[in-house]
Amino acid sequence: MPASVPLSWYLILSAVLFGLGVAGFIYRRNIITVFMSIELMLNAVNLSFVTFSYGLKQVDGHIFSFFVMVVAAAEAAVGLAIILTVFKNRQTLMIDDVSSMKY
Amino acid sequence: MTALIFFIFAGIAVLCGVSLVVQTHPIASALSLIGVMGSLALLYLQLGGEFIAAAQLIVYAGAIMVLFVFVIMLLNAGAEGVSRQVSAMARYAGILLLASFLGLISFIIQAALPKTEGVVFGAFQGGTAEAIGRKLFTVYLLPFEVTSVLILIAILGAIVLARKEV
Repeated sequence: MPASVPLSWYLILSAVLFGLGVAGFIYRRNIITVFMSIELMLNAVNLSFVTFSYGLKQVDGHIFSFFVMVVAAAEAAVGLAIILTVFKNRQTLMIDDVSSMKY
Repeated sequence: MTALIFFIFAGIAVLCGVSLVVQTHPIASALSLIGVMGSLALLYLQLGGEFIAAAQLIVYAGAIMVLFVFVIMLLNAGAEGVSRQVSAMARYAGILLLASFLGLISFIIQAALPKTEGVVFGAFQGGTAEAIGRKLFTVYLLPFEVTSVLILIAILGAIVLARKEV
């Protein structure tokens, strides 16, 4: 086992997590799980921001990921309110049943 | 030691990510997501991001996930029913395509990034709360203020969307 890992492995981990997030976003049907997949993608992007911040020895990447966290918090609040409203009107959480804007 | 910590927590993150996608019950997915966020916080700490690691645990794994779990409990969301018509071939081909896509991405990252020495804990000391605060309130002051307006709008939107109809 190597004593330390190169920086690119962190980026690969970030790409893998982002890919998993995309897969969950497409594959899942529960709207809450779809929403959590989006959070997973945001987390993966945060990891690459912090990794580049380490690589460039500058703190800006940390600030970007701080902003991403803030936007994610706002997005979670509004998104979950939308989910509550959808459930109140449709009594379902499955995205296949909420498709009136599809056609 | 640094490599060992990376492998352990990267493994936990990937396993929890897979678990998020394949679990049918939303609560299990939410707990997997908390696992991903916790292990990512450890990796941030390793990369010198003390403040970001703390914020990740407090804001993401604390506040946002509590909101998610609260909504799951409130709506009494159960397991997903029988999936829509997805053929087995499409499912396996999807997994295969995802794996080959990730392999390609990994190859490109490895090839494009200049060869650097490995990550050493403590090599980057600039991620303290002090350094981030200084930069946030000088260089990034305008985005910071705009963010506060964004949060205000989000609060108003959440209240308007979730209130009882009057």
